[in-house]
This record gives sequence, structure tokens and C-alpha cells, in this order.
Amino acid sequence: MAGAESYPADLKYHPEHDWARIEGDEAVLGITWWAQDALGELVHFEAPAVGGSVVKDEAYGEVESVKAVSDVVAPLSGEILEVNEKAVEEPESINGDPYGEGWLVRIRLSDPSEADELLDVEGYRAVVAEQ
Amino acid sequence: MSDEALRRTPLYERHVALGARMVPFAGWEMPVQYEGVIPEHLAVRRGRGVFDVSHMGQIHVEGPGQAELLQGLLSNDLSRLADGEAQYTLLTNERGGIVDDLIAYRLGPFHTLLVVNAGNRAAALAWLQEREIRGTEVRDASAEYGLLAVQGPTALASLGLRQAPAFTHALGEVHGVEVMVCRTGYTGEAGVELLCASDDAVRLWDGIVGTGTTPCGLGARDTLRLEVCYPLHGNDITAATDAISAGLGWACALDKEFTGVAALRAVEEEGPKRRLVAFVMDEKAVPRQGMPVEGGGEVTSGTHSPLLDRGIGMGYVPAAAAAPGTELVIDVRGRLKRAHVVKKPIYVKEES
Repeated sequence: MAGAESYPADLKYHPEHDWARIEGDEAVLGITWWAQDALGELVHFEAPAVGGSVVKDEAYGEVESVKAVSDVVAPLSGEILEVNEKAVEEPESINGDPYGEGWLVRIRLSDPSEADELLDVEGYRAVVAEQ
Repeated sequence: MSDEALRRTPLYERHVALGARMVPFAGWEMPVQYEGVIPEHLAVRRGRGVFDVSHMGQIHVEGPGQAELLQGLLSNDLSRLADGEAQYTLLTNERGGIVDDLIAYRLGPFHTLLVVNAGNRAAALAWLQEREIRGTEVRDASAEYGLLAVQGPTALASLGLRQAPAFTHALGEVHGVEVMVCRTGYTGEAGVELLCASDDAVRLWDGIVGTGTTPCGLGARDTLRLEVCYPLHGNDITAATDAISAGLGWACALDKEFTGVAALRAVEEEGPKRRLVAFVMDEKAVPRQGMPVEGGGEVTSGTHSPLLDRGIGMGYVPAAAAAPGTELVIDVRGRLKRAHVVKKPIYVKEES
């Protein structure tokens, strides 16, 4: 069900194994291939409410597998515009396509300059290599 | 505990070669999953799977006094067993608490084999040895054996074994290996547990896996047993919980004398104050061991049921809240999630 290990070059990464795809003053957030692989088959995404806010480096939700639960950490701060209902209804889609149909939330950035603190793909691969 | 202290079963190299995720469990380095918990779970429900349970303990109790010794220490009535039969039973303490739950296999009038939980092997062994009487010998033989559970609707056919009543055992040969074929298991499916010499475990495993049997880890073992509400010692039953409250009164012969029987008779007479119930989540959430139940109570086991595709669990609740259909509210890391009590087992196999 899970695809091959991959870390797209167009994303920004947080060392807690979260990614952000920045699109103007908005961003789509999700967990990385490494995170979903470490957890195993996901069975639950405890999603935040639309309209709420996320704060960089703080948990905004949980992803849970049969055996384990993990916080999902926000790589950037902002207001939650949309929650991926497919990830809520079919959490296995996060395993199958963590950067595509397994995205988690879309936010409006409150401080776009925070992105400068995130890792690029080489930086994140170095984090994964140390695990 | 340091990694160096972890023990390995004879099949360790096989698990690693299959890409298993190895985890520490009860002092052993064991496979928690190979392909994934969910596919392994479904393989056992729909076809068959094989589990390495060589970490479990084997204790031989022998001698002319063995029946008297065990009858006084184990909750179930051992005198009901004939040679070739087995029984689920409890090693109880003076307060009626559960030192371990185990299966007793009668090998002869002077010989019983006890298969105990890995995490309780030392405690069970010490408990028995401290209470030995004249004419008994209690011997830990855990290192001498490998134990493979082959479970699922196609398990027997794949092994070339005939049907036999549950809780019986016989010597046999499977894939050229001499085994004790035990009609027992922890999944709620048809199947066997095969006890072999530890030196033969790899050959037996290879033969079984070679017929297309899915290797299954401890993860699937836990989801399978929880769907059918088999208690797990350390979670659902402990030295501080009694068998009556846990719904295991059927494994207690209260009309005979054994350790803790007076305490159990008192619970039976007064009625348990709390009961171990099974429940199913009504909201999306996965219950876990230790989560509080509103109004008093606690989850003792919880998981996501691959078959029902929802959260399930067991836990102790006040006796007044134990009836099937009763609404429960479970505190899932600060979020209150609705569930309801169901009749055990949670999953009932449809007759085909």
C-alpha cells in the first residue's frame, strides 16, 4: 500500500518529519514518507477544526496506526482553511501518497518568512539519514 | 533493559531476512510485523498465517504428586482432563489475583506441560517451585522448544492435519518435523500450535512459509486476540485483578480448593464491583491501554479492528455500566469519544 521512499524537491521540510508546499500566501501541510513508514498503516487522522490556527513547531493533529500514535507538527504558522477529508475518511491514503492525496491541511500563512527556517530536501534527507 | 539482554528465538534470522520490524517484547527481540499488521490480520481471518511464539515458556511438572500440586495452584479443574487433553487455566495468588494465565496439557497421569506467557515465565516458575511438594518436579524447558502457531481457515489443510476437537493434543509430523500438535490458539480461528525441538524450528518454519502461509507478527496477534476478546495478561488481567470480574469464572472451579479460592468465592457471591467489558467506538478514535472511562473505569486493551475498521477495546467499568449497549465515554488524550459496550466476543466468525 505504501509507495517507494521519496522526498520531493519542491517541498519545505520540518525535522519532525512534516512537509509544507508553499503556494503564495497559503501552504499545504502533510507528513513525510519517513513518518508514515515509521508509523505503519495509518488508521486515524485526528484533524484540527477549519478556522483554527496552527503554530509553527507545535502539534495541530495526530496520526495513528494500529500500534502507535504521533503528533503532527506544524512546519509553519497560520489559519486552517481546509482539512483533507479523504485523509480523515481513508487514512491509508496518507501511506499510499503522503505528498499527494494524503495531504492533511491547507493553511493561510501568518508569517511567510518562517519558511526560511525550514529545511530543503537535502537538509531533510540528512535528518532521515541520522534516524 | 539494554539491547544486549534481549533474547532471540531460533527464528530470529528468518524474521530479519523477511524484513520484519523487530521490537523488544517481554525480554525478547520479536517481530511486530512483516508486511503490515492489517494484511497479516486479514490473512489469518481469510486464509492462514504463522506466528513465531517460541518466546512463550514451557514448564514441565512431573511426578506422582504433580496432579495434587497443580490442582491446588491452578484455578481450573485439572481432574477433568484425560491424556491428550488441554485446558485454559489460571495461576492465582492468595487474593485471587492472576499470576499468569496459561494452558495445561495433560501428557500422562504423572506429567503436565504448562505453556505460560513469556513475560511471566520466571514468575510462574518461581511460584510453582516454591510450592513444590514431595513427589513433584517442576522444570523450565523453555529453551528446548520452538513454538509456531498456524492459524486460519486454511491452516489445517495446509499442514495435512485432520480436524480435531479444540483443547486436545497429539504427537505428529509436519514438514518432516516431529511435533506436538496442540489444538489451541490466540486468534479465534481454526488452527494449531506446533511445539517442536528448538533445533527443528527453522525447518518447520520454512516448510510452513513455503506453502504460502503468511508470516505474522505480534501486532496482528494482538489485533486478532482483541477482536475475539481473549484477555492479555499484563493488560486485561494482572496479579491485582480477579478472574470473576474479568469474566473468567468459567476457568475457575470454585468447588475445589486452590490458592485464592476463598477470595474468588466472595467476589462471586457479592457480585463483582466492576467488570471487564468489550466495547466498540462510535466515533473515530483508537482506544489505548490506560485511557480513563468517564464515570469510573479504564481501558485495558485497545486497538483499531482491521475487520470492523473502527476502534475496539476492553476495559473495566462499574458493574452497573457493564451491560451490552451501555454507552461509554472514553478520554482519548483529552478528547471525549463515545463508545458502547458489546457482548464478547467483538468479532464472531460467520459460519461458512
